[in-house]
Amino acid sequence: MKLALKVTEIEQLSPLVKRFRFEDPKGASLPVFSGGAHITVEMPEGDTIRRNSYSLISDPYDGSGYEIAVRREDRGRGGSLYMHRKLSEGDDITVSTPANLFQLDLRARKHVLIGGGIGITPFLSQLKQLDMEQKPFELHYAARSREEAAGLKLLPKAAHIHVHLSEEGARMDLGAILDGQPMGTHVYTCGPEGLIAAVADQAARLGWPKSTVHSEAFTAPPPGEPFDVVIASTGQTVTVKADQSLLEALEAAKVEINYSCRGGVCGRCRTKVIACEGRILHNDHWLSIEERAAQKDIMPCMSRFKGTRLELDL
Amino acid sequence: MTMQFNDETFRGDYTYHNSQKAIRRFPFPFDQDAYMYSVNIEQHPGGPEGSPFEVMFDVDEHYVAEMKDREITLAEDPLRCQSLPHMELAGWDLLELIMVSKARDYPELFTLHRDGNDWHWINKPLGIEKKFTFLDPTTLPCGPMEYITRQTQGDFALLHERDGNLWMDAGMVTSQADWSLDFDVGMNFFEWHAPVPKARKMGVFDKALKFLLSVGQDQSYRRLNWTLTVNPRLDTSPETYHKWGPEKRSVTPENVGRKQFLRVELQTFFRLPRSNALAFPIRCYLANLEDLAGQPKWGRRLHRVLRDIDPTLAEYKGFAVNQEMIVDYLSQFDDGAPTSPGIFPDG
Amino acid sequence: MPKTEFSPSIESRPTYPGLTSQGSAPAIMVADAAGAEALVDLVATDASVMDHAHVVLIAKAPELAAKLTALTPKALHEAPDLDAATPLVTQILDTAKMGTQLYLAGSEGVIGHVSALAFARGLPMEAIQSEHRGSIARRMQCVHCKGITEDVTTDPFVCAHCDLTLFMRDHFSRRLGVFQAVCVDAETPGVVPATEEIRP
Repeated sequence: MKLALKVTEIEQLSPLVKRFRFEDPKGASLPVFSGGAHITVEMPEGDTIRRNSYSLISDPYDGSGYEIAVRREDRGRGGSLYMHRKLSEGDDITVSTPANLFQLDLRARKHVLIGGGIGITPFLSQLKQLDMEQKPFELHYAARSREEAAGLKLLPKAAHIHVHLSEEGARMDLGAILDGQPMGTHVYTCGPEGLIAAVADQAARLGWPKSTVHSEAFTAPPPGEPFDVVIASTGQTVTVKADQSLLEALEAAKVEINYSCRGGVCGRCRTKVIACEGRILHNDHWLSIEERAAQKDIMPCMSRFKGTRLELDL
Repeated sequence: MTMQFNDETFRGDYTYHNSQKAIRRFPFPFDQDAYMYSVNIEQHPGGPEGSPFEVMFDVDEHYVAEMKDREITLAEDPLRCQSLPHMELAGWDLLELIMVSKARDYPELFTLHRDGNDWHWINKPLGIEKKFTFLDPTTLPCGPMEYITRQTQGDFALLHERDGNLWMDAGMVTSQADWSLDFDVGMNFFEWHAPVPKARKMGVFDKALKFLLSVGQDQSYRRLNWTLTVNPRLDTSPETYHKWGPEKRSVTPENVGRKQFLRVELQTFFRLPRSNALAFPIRCYLANLEDLAGQPKWGRRLHRVLRDIDPTLAEYKGFAVNQEMIVDYLSQFDDGAPTSPGIFPDG
Repeated sequence: MPKTEFSPSIESRPTYPGLTSQGSAPAIMVADAAGAEALVDLVATDASVMDHAHVVLIAKAPELAAKLTALTPKALHEAPDLDAATPLVTQILDTAKMGTQLYLAGSEGVIGHVSALAFARGLPMEAIQSEHRGSIARRMQCVHCKGITEDVTTDPFVCAHCDLTLFMRDHFSRRLGVFQAVCVDAETPGVVPATEEIRP
């Protein structure tokens, strides 16, 4: 389901990050959600509609509006630039209902949340949920500098919320954070791939069971060189532009396809490859190493292609 | 129009009965003359006016009697309602979903006034009026899931999502087809389905789980499942099997039409907003063979389905011992004529 | 006695792949008399596994205790039976830190019961190592009276609590650490099939 909303607030949080608030034009209550949920935002430009998913940062139980924080990616496909340059307060905006691929495991005896840079966003709604549920937690937020740390304006000041600014010499020590946590602790990481891998490594070294280590590597689809795909059912050829994802190109060509996260993590848009002469540039987090190598499946929300022929079972 | 509620029992003297209207709207589960497992999922709600598919939570003439029967079962065995500690939030989600739906769909029976978290609920058929604070468990006489499911027909399972699986971590189960919540609570999707024959091999559960995990907050779905039960007994639990088991052998060619019931489960699926859990209501409908055969299409089809069913399924569903008698009885309603597609009765 | 090989069964029935050393990490080891041999075998593959290990031996067997002490665990605790061991194991689990490895060895009853205790304290099932040794007796819960009958080796058997004659199912609850048992003559009271010894 789609929600037709209005942009009611835009705030510059840091040189690269803006906060947006959306509300129902008639003031109706929006569906509430769970900590860590995201919405997909539609960004129409000319004849294409770009769609990016962003974590909700507002109070999950407050239906009066949705808030997101968007980092400007100057070398991206144009989605964040649209948000930063084209959108003004009072504009119409279409978003999806919330979905959650990064929920808290509410059985945990303790939650350790680790956010790097813009990866702080999913934790902002989770903090509110944890407060309401009165669950023990600690949060670690790592950023390069005070100026870049957009999350500082959104985080409450509390003893269990730790800010690590590397420029000020306070680098995050993952060993110290993870060592000695009580049995039943879960750790959640969101941020750059390097941070996610570092937390996973450290947890594995300390013998944490895999299912207690959670992460979200949500990124918008990357741009790239244009390429063509053939739709098996119709024989139609679809051209994917440099600043368009394969999924967006398929949607523009009115090809039926399922999706949810648009960030390569939920698996909904997985599509069978019928012919592949060339190399699939897998950018998703869904397919295994073996599946990637086989080139029999593609995740159109994130991945691209380089070669002479790619035919999809659509 | 005000609904009339039957004065009837689901145990002892078994005075349960269906009006003509209830028979016509019975959720007959077979859309063709043969049966095999399938992931037969449709959007819910949605269906012909008056059908049990029309609204989120169907309320019918058996409502008051079913709630009385649940009360008896819970008094005898409180373990039929359990919620692991992390599931309370899902309980509140369920309470909201049901109260909002019922007040909207049956305004003459249920009323809900909300002022922020101050809620005022009126349930006329059960004579309940309650002011409470949403999300504050101290303002209800019991947990939120128990509170609302003591006022809603059907069993309920609340499923927690983690590690790419669904875990049955809470439930209210008093009208089940022979499975134990107390034993199964805490199990994942494959564990609690483990005793079902064949289906895992066929990949039915892998597909079903994949589907359920993808159910979004704005979507809800249903499917029908079925079995057979002797006497209109809601509580066919393993816990009390030694008490109702002998009744299964009390069927004779003379009484089979009235004593043998088709038991249909209307299973629905909802993604709950605050907890991101899935609600899995399982509503039980009962009708005896005689009443069903009153609809000529259903008489013909039921005969063919039960005659030709895979013997493993007849065994699993627990009617193999009476199958011959049932099929003999139903054969009188089957003239060999073709049946129309779909589940609804003709005319 | 070697590790037991069970015949394939349904999804809810646990399997016991055997113990593999996770090295010199904090560890809790619980074993009965037959399971103690599995710990001895484990140490033979990697002696460092005992560096930080609390070992709980559920047996009245001083010679076994001496054998385990010789493996130099951090601590050895003895308990005469599962009931006596429960508060001890619970206490050790309650104060354990993330990364603590759990090694269980012996009968299905010991493995099932201690797994359930650990699971309730947030240790995921995939992090629990187990090896079946010794008796294939099962810990059965009567679905009717909820009473647990220990060390059941025949099918059907009589519930130690409510006297109903029960048949064994492979359906297993990890939360409770028990197999399910159901009245065998519910539909035909008094008609009970012949009693058989169970097989792996």
